[in-house]
Formats: sequence, structure tokens, C-alpha cells
Amino acid sequence: MDNTISYERYHRQLILKNFGEAGQQKLLQAKVLVVGAGGLGCPALQYLAAAGVGTLGIVDDDTVSLSNLHRQILYSVNDIGSSKAERAAAVLHKINPGINIVAYTERLTTANALSIISAYDIVIDGTDNFSTRYMINDACVLLEKPLVYGAVSQFEGQVAIFNQHNGAVNYRDLFPQPPHENEVPNCATAGVLGVLPGIIGTMQANETIKLLTGIGKPLINRLLTYNALNNHIYDLELSAQPATRSLIPADKDAFEKTDYDWLCGAISEAFEIDTVLFDELISGNDIDVIDVREADEMPIIKEFIHHKIPLLQLKDNLSLIKSGTIIIFCQSGVRSLQAAKELMTIFGTSKKIYSLRGGIMEWKLQHTKQTV
Amino acid sequence: MQINLIIFGQLCELLGDHLVLNDIADTNSLITTLNKKYPELVHSKYIIAVEKKTVTENTMLTDRCTVALLPPFSGG
Repeated sequence: MDNTISYERYHRQLILKNFGEAGQQKLLQAKVLVVGAGGLGCPALQYLAAAGVGTLGIVDDDTVSLSNLHRQILYSVNDIGSSKAERAAAVLHKINPGINIVAYTERLTTANALSIISAYDIVIDGTDNFSTRYMINDACVLLEKPLVYGAVSQFEGQVAIFNQHNGAVNYRDLFPQPPHENEVPNCATAGVLGVLPGIIGTMQANETIKLLTGIGKPLINRLLTYNALNNHIYDLELSAQPATRSLIPADKDAFEKTDYDWLCGAISEAFEIDTVLFDELISGNDIDVIDVREADEMPIIKEFIHHKIPLLQLKDNLSLIKSGTIIIFCQSGVRSLQAAKELMTIFGTSKKIYSLRGGIMEWKLQHTKQTV
Repeated sequence: MQINLIIFGQLCELLGDHLVLNDIADTNSLITTLNKKYPELVHSKYIIAVEKKTVTENTMLTDRCTVALLPPFSGG
């Protein structure tokens, strides 16, 4: 990275009142991480690179596809099938070779999030799913990093700055618990006007530049909603909630152990497990295994410890369930799935709840096969 | 007493983007009234803002005040 300012390149912003050489120097020294090089990430990256942010990190494990191109403006048809992070880095380098661009082609997970984020000053959320959004939010709270949030849905978009200082508002002050899969539609199912993430991503870049240079009034603890159809802007004041901190992992270890995909129900058929996973889980700790068949149903299971609570009596016997993980089985897997859904509505995301697919008949069959 | 309700995101499909309601004393009775009229709303997640400030506890409403319902967005 070149440590001297190019006066010609940045001339038009250098002459701005309150920005000047000092502002440009702050941008040059700054390290900004953009998670998700998609509809929001592309315009944010493009403007931050052009503005001269000294180090830009790009995290995206996805590849470019044709349906991305109506809004993800850093890519062209020649990029289809290529890594978004790498292609974005190459395009940004052409826009501004004087800055340092780091491409992370891996998915951001609880295993790498803290080490990646800790190398940056500000994080921009340009992701398209709740599990990553909650994970980034929690990581930024733990690491005390400001988070420039943006999200879109059809014709509406939101921007906010979370966690700008200790005790500031974070995303969980708005929505303490993640919604489950399909509870809130994403762009792939609900659609999005291509220009909308362009506007919102550009606003995220603008808020980031304001934060870095100290100009204007950034959207700290405020949520701005923009409607592309009628140009209505609704800007509301957010307040921190005392209970929020208890929902965020207490430390690095707790963060790494949190299963955000599970919290958000992002894994398909999250409730149902096969016999292999069943055996793996029942050998662990903090598990309650429940047989929801009637007392007289055969076969009687003696191979592992479990509670016997028929489906209709389940809700009256919740006090028997003390562990963090619940695995339910029945004869064929139908009643246990129903039981899993009932318990989900009672326990929410406070417990992990699974149903054995195919029931104890399938489990017996697999175990007979193994012993033959 | 009149309340202006503005609605965002996917909730518009259920409620429309704007409603005017009469004789609603506080946010709890607002939600009860809406849940009765739009039963699907019970399953929706949203934040409530009164006069551009988020509220989490029951809040008294004043004549001609604006209440907003904002669901979470995930797209990017």
C-alpha cells in the first residue's frame, strides 16, 4: 500500500470542507472488512476502494452466477463460476491499485470470524442470511468493532450503525432472536429490485466514510428505512435493551461453540436426524432421549437410556426434560417429528430438538445390518 | 383518538402500507386489535416504534401519533 496521498486522484474530496487531507489520511489508515460481496457488498466496496480506504477485506465463499448480475455490479458474464471475493478484489485493484485488498474465499464461521474481524477497524454487513448476520453482530459485540448494517427486501432497504461504542445498540436490541428459516423470505424467494442494494450498499459506504473521517452525523443507534417505490425515508431511534447482552456468547469459547445455522434453522430438515447422527448424539452429554410411543408398543428399547413419554402426555411432562438437547423417537418417525415441532414452539431456540427419521424401526434395521 | 400506523417490508402484504385506527389507548391494545383482525400477524416478527422510537414495553399512545411496525430484512 502506498502511504502517500495521490492529490490528483482524491482532489475532488480533498477540497471538501471538513474532509481535506486529514480526512483522506484517515481513510488511507483505515481497515474495513466487507462480509458478503453481493448486492450490498459490491457497491460498498466499489466506493470505498475509489475513496481510498487503505485496506479492504472481502469475505465471500460464493461464486458468481448469472442471476447475480442484475445487482452485483462488480461482476460480468466472464466471471460466472469464479470466486466473488477474488473477482471483486481484481476489479477493485484496477479501480485503485494504491490500496491493499485482501480476499477471503472461505465462508465466515465461528471458527474464523473472530480472527478475521479482529484485524479490521469497521465491519460492513453485506450478507444475505440471518445466521451470518447474527454471527457477525455477536462477533462485533465481543470484539467491540463498529458494524455498518444494511439489508434489503423487495423494494425496501435498511441501514444502521451498531456497536459504535461500548454499550451501543446492536442488532439483537432490535430482534433478540433470529427468525427461523422461511419465516422471513430472502431475495431468492421474495425478489429484489437490482438498484435497491445499490442504493443501500452505497449508503453503507457513505456511513463508513463518515465514521472514519468524523464528518456529518452517522446513523449511530439509528435505523434508516428507505422505500424505493415512493422514496419515503423513515429514520428511527434505537435503544439498547438490558437483556440483550445475555443472548450474546459471553466469550471467544462460547462464541465458537454457538451453532448459528441451527439457531436460524438454516440447515434443511433441521429437526430430523438419521440413525448415524442419532447414535453419535445419544453417546454425548446433556441429552434427553424420549420415546413418544405408547407404553405397550414393541420393540422395547434397552440399548440406551431414555424417557418414555407418550406423545399426548408430552406437554404435561416437560419437567422431565432438563438437558440442552432433546432427541425424540417413535415407531416410524411421524409422531416424533410432531413432538419435535411441539417442543420447538415451547422451548424455541433455548434447546436443540431432533427427531429420529424412520423411527426405531429404521434404527433397529440399521443395527441388524451392522451386526450381520 | 386517532393512530397512524405505518407498515414496512413483508408485513405490508398482510396489513397494507398504512392504516388509520381509532380509540387505541396503548401499544398492547394496538397489537391485540391487529392480531384479532389479522390472525397471521401473530406469527410475524417485528419491532414497534412510537414517534420514531423503538418501544419494547407497553406504551401509551397519544392522539394522531405515528406507530411503525418493522419486520427484519435479510436480503443482501
